[in-house]
Amino acid sequence: MRFVDEYRDAGQARALSGQMAALCRPGRTYKFMEVCGGHTHTIYKHGLEDYLPDAVTLIHGPGCPVCVIPMGRLDDAIHIAEQPGVIMASFGDMMRVPGGRGSFLDAKARGADIRMVYSPLDALKIARQNPGKRVVFMAIGFETTAPSTAMTVLRAEAEGIHNFSVFCNHVTIIPAIKAILDSPDLHLDGFIGPGHVSAVIGCRPYEFIAHTYGKPLVVTGFEPLDVLRSVYQILTQLAHGRSQVENQYARVVPWNGNPKALNAISRVMELRPYFEWRGLGSISHSALQMTEKYAAYDAERLFHIPGVRVADPKACQCGEVLKGVLKPWECKVFGTACTPETPIGTCMVSSEGACAAYYNFGRFSRQRVKEATSP
Amino acid sequence: MNTDPSEETTAPWAETAVREAGHLHRPTREDQVLERIERARRGKARIREELITLAHGAGGKATHTLIEAVFLEAFRNPLLEPLADGAVTGDLALTTDAYVVKPLFFPGGDIGDLAINGTVNDLAMCGATPRHLTASFILEEGLPIADLRRITASMAAAARAADVHIVTGDTKVVENGKADGCYITTAGIGALDRGAALSAASVTPGDAVIVSGPIGDHGMTIMLARGELDLEAQLTSDTAPLHDLTARLLAACGDAVRCLRDATRGGVATVLNEIAAASRTCVVLDENAVPIRPQVRGACELLGIDPLYVACEGRMVAVVAPHRADAALDALRSHPLGADAALIGRAGDDPPGLVLLKTCFGGTRIVDLLVGDPLPRIC
Repeated sequence: MRFVDEYRDAGQARALSGQMAALCRPGRTYKFMEVCGGHTHTIYKHGLEDYLPDAVTLIHGPGCPVCVIPMGRLDDAIHIAEQPGVIMASFGDMMRVPGGRGSFLDAKARGADIRMVYSPLDALKIARQNPGKRVVFMAIGFETTAPSTAMTVLRAEAEGIHNFSVFCNHVTIIPAIKAILDSPDLHLDGFIGPGHVSAVIGCRPYEFIAHTYGKPLVVTGFEPLDVLRSVYQILTQLAHGRSQVENQYARVVPWNGNPKALNAISRVMELRPYFEWRGLGSISHSALQMTEKYAAYDAERLFHIPGVRVADPKACQCGEVLKGVLKPWECKVFGTACTPETPIGTCMVSSEGACAAYYNFGRFSRQRVKEATSP
Repeated sequence: MNTDPSEETTAPWAETAVREAGHLHRPTREDQVLERIERARRGKARIREELITLAHGAGGKATHTLIEAVFLEAFRNPLLEPLADGAVTGDLALTTDAYVVKPLFFPGGDIGDLAINGTVNDLAMCGATPRHLTASFILEEGLPIADLRRITASMAAAARAADVHIVTGDTKVVENGKADGCYITTAGIGALDRGAALSAASVTPGDAVIVSGPIGDHGMTIMLARGELDLEAQLTSDTAPLHDLTARLLAACGDAVRCLRDATRGGVATVLNEIAAASRTCVVLDENAVPIRPQVRGACELLGIDPLYVACEGRMVAVVAPHRADAALDALRSHPLGADAALIGRAGDDPPGLVLLKTCFGGTRIVDLLVGDPLPRIC
């Protein structure tokens, strides 16, 4: 296998670093949100913050689909998994996320048959191989993964497989961004727009962010140079007093998205009136559910789920951390009720979440780490 | 993780300095929050779960907590306390290990040679020459005798290659469905090499961190051999006995070798975190220098798994005093199992207990212990 080394060139990164610094207005600070968990991972994995000007801070957004699933939904999923004759199939990174009654791993330890899969088609395969069992796919993710769930349901229908259903927790990115933008105490100057999601929905849906809210957004790829270039583009827009949607990831993202994938979603799923997000609360029209026509594949209709809402503790201030209003340590429950072992909010669930990272490594300043690694 | 109380006390001069500085610099709220976390971190290991989960077996934070809160709590004694690969008493090293692997047969090996090589390697990491092994089998009703013969044949071959004998053993059979075909536990004793004084705590700032070959081969091979991924790659397990390699290294460098660890469960990252914690040093790695086969790197990239956490069964990390680093590399590279040995980093002094990585891209990041298994990610 070969890699796109042209997007991993440290020399170009150093050059960009200088150009970014030149674009920063002296005395001004900049806060940009990378919406997508994949970008957070790239930033973390390659240590990109070392290349950013001191005036630029990146805020990790709500785009980790695993972290935003609220406790109540996870409890419902575990309830389904614990019904007799059920095999629950889930993506790997969902396994450790805690609900009100523990995680999938804990439920598995109690005897539930929960299996890790890499795609919804793997779950369908399990259904084919186990005709006597009811196989439920724990569907999570933004518009990135929703098409493959939809295609799998269509495939199940075509093949006449009736022991397969989907517990649909797909969410949509735009309402979440809008919820953040609508907060009165917003402290963000621009957005690094999601890459994979945009490959499906295109760039148009973001235009209101630039036009109505006056914030630049650059749709960005997942290689380290992609992310640095997008920060450079946002800084350039700000320096010129512009706010536009730009597509840095044009090699993958068509401006109008992928109509085939969107069509698959709309055949099988429809918007929910509202959906609860961990840390952000209830957001209207922010998630997908199975349509009436595909009720036979809808685990929510097939199983009596308790549907009990487990409220985020009042003291949880994930929303403020996500909006860049609070630093992790300023949250009321940080480090006491909310720790990586007992996470309350989305920022503490993933190891790359702002709060988890700060809990583990906050005592080492960026400067101290930099000094330790310089020869 | 290591909670040696002697490390907690501050020197008197430092206390005075802190008191004086206190007049000028009151702790901020951020400092107080960090201090509270630090206190919780230093506190006694506590298990929150009521049941064992797979995370407890993955070699990361959950495993460490389990070992300290349950096993060490119950069995505490000076030989056990360092929690090394084996225990050293007088001229003898003693170790034991249990082997569960699915599938039983995989490209490059099977549970049989794994069970011999793993225990041979634990002895080798103590600086000992392996002598005798024991083997216990838990067999599942329905296991084909032909499979068992195949497993014992490869155990016999691996034992011959490592110049050890399996001198006693035990067999139990459990009902169908109560085990994955075959579980094996081996124990071993070895004779300590004179001159070897290996311990993770002896690692000192400036020391060279060396890995004996490409990392992650075994873990990725197993993951692909399970057939759950529609991924194919030319990969074989690296399972191999390392006693010859360690003997050659110790002969060349003697007591300049501070510490040897085989990078099994949890991979190189976990081993280095244990070394950094035990020695209160800061291990700084150079990502460019870490040898990884392109197939392993490719599969890891696709699955979103960090190869630093993927298990090896025939690779070790050696920490060597700086003046003997080149000699150590020469000694390792003179052996087929160490042909691709590489200097991957150094121990520094600050921040203590931490593993840092200088990335290929020129950035830096902290390489932490994982909580449980490295899980493929979707986002």
